[in-house]
Amino acid sequence: MHTPTDIKPSWPDAIYGQFRRVGVRQVGYVPDAGHSRLIQLCQTDNTIADVVLTTEEEGVGLVAGAALGGQRAALLMQSSGVGNCINMFSLLRNCGFGCVVLVTMRGEFGEFNPWQVPMGAITDDVLKLAGFLTYRIDDADAVDDIVGAGCDMAFDGNLQVAILLSQRLIGRKQWTR
Amino acid sequence: MLDRRELVRQLLIDRGDLLVVSGLGSATYDTAAAGDHPLNFYLWGAMGGTAMIGLGLALAQPERRVAVLTGDGDMLMGLGSLATIGVKQPNNLAIVVLDNAHYGETGMQASHTHSGIDLVAVALACRFKHARAMSRIEEAAAVRKLLHTGEGPILVNARISEEDVPRVLPIRDGHAIKQRFIEAVHSA
Repeated sequence: MHTPTDIKPSWPDAIYGQFRRVGVRQVGYVPDAGHSRLIQLCQTDNTIADVVLTTEEEGVGLVAGAALGGQRAALLMQSSGVGNCINMFSLLRNCGFGCVVLVTMRGEFGEFNPWQVPMGAITDDVLKLAGFLTYRIDDADAVDDIVGAGCDMAFDGNLQVAILLSQRLIGRKQWTR
Repeated sequence: MLDRRELVRQLLIDRGDLLVVSGLGSATYDTAAAGDHPLNFYLWGAMGGTAMIGLGLALAQPERRVAVLTGDGDMLMGLGSLATIGVKQPNNLAIVVLDNAHYGETGMQASHTHSGIDLVAVALACRFKHARAMSRIEEAAAVRKLLHTGEGPILVNARISEEDVPRVLPIRDGHAIKQRFIEAVHSA
């Protein structure tokens, strides 16, 4: 069995800090190695409802429902998950639900698995076509600033913001037996 | 089999501050026909997402009751969301599936429930606290009570007639529906 090695960077803590600052109360995600530390931080925070999804498009509904009930919600997904959401994104656009999506990129720098490449190569374009503002981060030092700005634009302006965490930032997926 | 309009009308009698999310197509028309209300979030799209909107709302408003009214086609498209709801166990969320075993909006093609796929069994397998079928209008009062006081998550599969009923079209502007709902939640 292949399992990814532990990834222990500090940038997930910066994202979590921004979630706390802007008052994110629900986080939807499909389990992901790149997001594993951020997911753990959300799971251990009793002010945040962590909602594990069977498919990313469920998270789009979650965000809308949270907003209807007066709460802010964020989504964590891989680039492949963006493709699963396309029609459901119209809900955010059509009603003006503010949303922050943090996308861990696959299929680019140093990708081991070519099956990740087709979706990874179009993720940014797909998000833009679906009405998202997109910001790409390659440098860990930029995470706090960009995620903070993205959260403010999303929740203060009811905009859809996606932040692409590049594969270079996350680190190559290491495969071990 | 149940008359869908009469069933939804009875389920929404004296609804108080019940929060209602209606799935696209006939479920939205049925909900509108029972009486327009600011605490109705009418969907005109986002097929497969209705139950998850209910979950986000139920988590955000744990002191209120949330009712999702939707069709079998929408529920089948979001079948995985039943597992997601089963993990979170929201005790204030109920889903009523208006099951005519057909896709009404697209010309009454048979849905999976027509072949015996059992949404009540799926809900039970997903750890719903209550899951039941209903097929008689006499059961409506008990189901209405379940919506207001039953321990969730709850799923009721209501076997409704295939009969076509006139469309009752509520507002379609998504921003307006959302804004009206949010204002009503915060003023209720």
